[in-house]
Amino acid sequence: MKKRTINIGVTGLNAIDSPGPGVPVIRALRESTAFDVRIIGLSYEAMEPGIYMHDLVDKTYQLPLPSAGQQALLARLEYIHAQEKLDVIIPNFDAELFNFIQLANVLKSNYNINVFVPTLEQFEARQKVNLYEYGKKHGIDVPKSKTIFSVKDVYSLEQEFEFPYVIKGKFYDAIIVYSTDQAVAAFHRIASKWGLPIIIQEFVEGQEVNVTALGDGQGNLIGAVPMRKQYITDKGKAWSGISIDDDKMLQMAKKLIQSTKWRGGLELEIVRTDDEKYYLLEINPRFPAWVYLAVGCGQNHPEALVRMAMGETVAPFEKYDVGKMFVRYSYDMIVNLNEFEKISINGEL
Amino acid sequence: MYLTKKQYERPVIQRVNVGLMNKYGTRTEYEPVTHIDGNAVADLITAYGSPVFVLSEKTIRATFRDANRAFKTRYPKVQFAWSYKTNYISAVCNVFHQEGSWAEVVSGFEYQKAINNGVPGANIIFNGPDKSEAELIFAINNGSLIHIDHLDELYLIKEIEPQLQKRARVAIRVNMDTGVYPAWDRFGFNYEGGQAQDAINKIMLNTNMDLVGLHCHIGTFMLTPSAYAVAATKMSELALNVKKKFKKTLEYIDMGGGFASRNTLKGSYIQGADAAPSFDQYAEAISTAILNAGFTEADLPLLILETGRALIDEAGFLLGSVISNKRLADGRRATIMNFGVNILFTSFWYDHKITPAQPFGQHNESTVLYGPLCMNIDVIRENISLPPLKKNDQVVVHTVGAYNMTQWMQFIALRPAVVLIDMNQKPHVIRNKETPASIQKEEEMPAYLKEFKI
Amino acid sequence: MSIKKNIAISESGFIFDPSTGNSFTTNPIGLEILQLIKEGREQNEIKKHITAGYHVDDNTFEKDFYDFISTLQQLKLTVENEKKND
Repeated sequence: MKKRTINIGVTGLNAIDSPGPGVPVIRALRESTAFDVRIIGLSYEAMEPGIYMHDLVDKTYQLPLPSAGQQALLARLEYIHAQEKLDVIIPNFDAELFNFIQLANVLKSNYNINVFVPTLEQFEARQKVNLYEYGKKHGIDVPKSKTIFSVKDVYSLEQEFEFPYVIKGKFYDAIIVYSTDQAVAAFHRIASKWGLPIIIQEFVEGQEVNVTALGDGQGNLIGAVPMRKQYITDKGKAWSGISIDDDKMLQMAKKLIQSTKWRGGLELEIVRTDDEKYYLLEINPRFPAWVYLAVGCGQNHPEALVRMAMGETVAPFEKYDVGKMFVRYSYDMIVNLNEFEKISINGEL
Repeated sequence: MYLTKKQYERPVIQRVNVGLMNKYGTRTEYEPVTHIDGNAVADLITAYGSPVFVLSEKTIRATFRDANRAFKTRYPKVQFAWSYKTNYISAVCNVFHQEGSWAEVVSGFEYQKAINNGVPGANIIFNGPDKSEAELIFAINNGSLIHIDHLDELYLIKEIEPQLQKRARVAIRVNMDTGVYPAWDRFGFNYEGGQAQDAINKIMLNTNMDLVGLHCHIGTFMLTPSAYAVAATKMSELALNVKKKFKKTLEYIDMGGGFASRNTLKGSYIQGADAAPSFDQYAEAISTAILNAGFTEADLPLLILETGRALIDEAGFLLGSVISNKRLADGRRATIMNFGVNILFTSFWYDHKITPAQPFGQHNESTVLYGPLCMNIDVIRENISLPPLKKNDQVVVHTVGAYNMTQWMQFIALRPAVVLIDMNQKPHVIRNKETPASIQKEEEMPAYLKEFKI
Repeated sequence: MSIKKNIAISESGFIFDPSTGNSFTTNPIGLEILQLIKEGREQNEIKKHITAGYHVDDNTFEKDFYDFISTLQQLKLTVENEKKND
């Protein structure tokens, strides 16, 4: 029987050394047993490798940068939709999510484009600056943290935090500090790069483990695969990782998705201490770049997300293969200049 | 031949960089805006000069009505007070007064302006740290609401009792921690530290002061409505305490202003138009907090709002023209406009949206926009993507209605005319272009300096 | 002054300098001027050609032309003509 074809717009085609999840998501979708896909790549830069992967991406359009605002994004999507009849869009960048979340209703009602993303409340509540409160609210251990706005607050931290502790930026960066002097230096370094506020976080020693998971928006955990990084790049990204059997991590994902009614993909970054305690470090509100490992373990999360986006009810995955590894590799494609010219001049390829 | 001539555009060439966006990546600033409320930009400039500020009465009234609706559908007693400092051109004030706004003033000068505009004394709120003895006597005898900022003011009101014909109707300004930074603790009395309660006690023991309300103003350009919920809760607690302790029902809670407009703050990744909460969101946060605080229906205070920026910013436009193009030593394009930070003060903290006023082709260029002043700080936009503009091309700067027409400086150049386009699309000058005489008339020349030989 | 010999200029306004690997984009009028320079036309001819085809006065075009040429030089897309021995 011929499968139906779904037209899916996918962002995050930057399969570079610090990769976006777009290409792995597309690979997962192409392996769907439920439907065929036409993949419309949505790029921000002319050098995103996915643009030139013609066996994975059927056509690519450039999008305005997220900072251009929702009006510009909507106008561009309108144009793309007129050419491609999009059924689903899967945004994969943190920076663009705010806009897609805000536009989700308009995209559905005006164009019947389905975007399966968290609500704005879910998205905002898990921001780094709110995570400690978030954990308290949902009964999940988060390293004690405090948001500060001024370097003078660093001097009064000694009563609340023991050294070492971590100084974190609003969006990125974290420095472990062992003295007040180091803390002051770290405060200035991060504040100059990412602005205020600065987050002070208790340092929890242990092994970093991650979960990629999917929620249906009703409180059901549709799928979850825990992974331990085996080898990381100098940017801290997983170069290889292995699926592990860890019920406590699954329970944490389940609890979180149940109590927040999370809608869409997410990644939990967790520290597992020597005495088997689990602390949530971060929630990324989208699939991670290693989401294809879940497919390899028998849970095709992107496929399930598309089915839910199209309004289907999806039964939760019951199991996954433990001990499956992913090993990332890089690959030099040969690209003709005229392709670069087309995406640069016309914004399409 | 003439008929077949094509539209000219300056030739441009730029390097294709990874990460450098073509037209698909740039902001919507690219779309030309040729008309404001049915008036061609070119016609307005011909009639009133360039640069010129233009205000849309239609937008002012529509914005006010939206705000009014958002609050009145959620809370039974709402009163807006027009924040004079935001834009105190009298015609603008009177549009708000026609819509039912009281006046909110922060100086004797603004107070006088409200009186001259015909606002009844009882409908003027006198805020701010600087009120002179004479101003206080005048305002109290006029029945205005005095919002006390500090203890010295409180004691001054006590001292001037012999000169007062009536009891002063007062409120105190309260500052507090609402979880946002910076906390505006330089104004008013602190809530958490107990200063506010202390000031209330002092007023209640005083015979010539009648405590009628409480006032706060938690910050400016507040993008988080939840901070207002925190503030409204604390204000309600204070009001309920007064009721409990002194059996006194306060008439109102004044939540001040600080609502964000659709401007984009410098350094913000998200466009202002997408980040700014709606009036409904602010109204929901404030109304819910007060309604849930535990007032009896009869004791529910009047909710006063002193919103300025969010009510007027979008109604204001600055029209201007290109003086010259140049290329900087490092190869960047620079365009010099005939308006600068002297009249567009808000360009210090916003990346104002600026659009060309005539149609253009497909290409654009990254440009630094400079003002005309002989001052290095005169930068309007550090980086903006615009079509190739040429000398005398016209542009529209958007969302400039708040603070520019009050904070503008008469520095190097004279200030331009301000034009209000009425509901029937008819333009009216509401402030004339300054002339050398308008500045000179305030100056005096000592006789011995009148003559010189060079 | 002329455009470097090996520069590839496409109809779409995409320009590639094979000696440096840099790519550039230009608008239609920039493309037209580049092609005229490449054909070896003198500045006066170019001015005549453009002012005849577009709504632009001589002075405006002259300013823009100089600016365009200086950009081309800055982008290292030009070579100085060798002095001809008469």
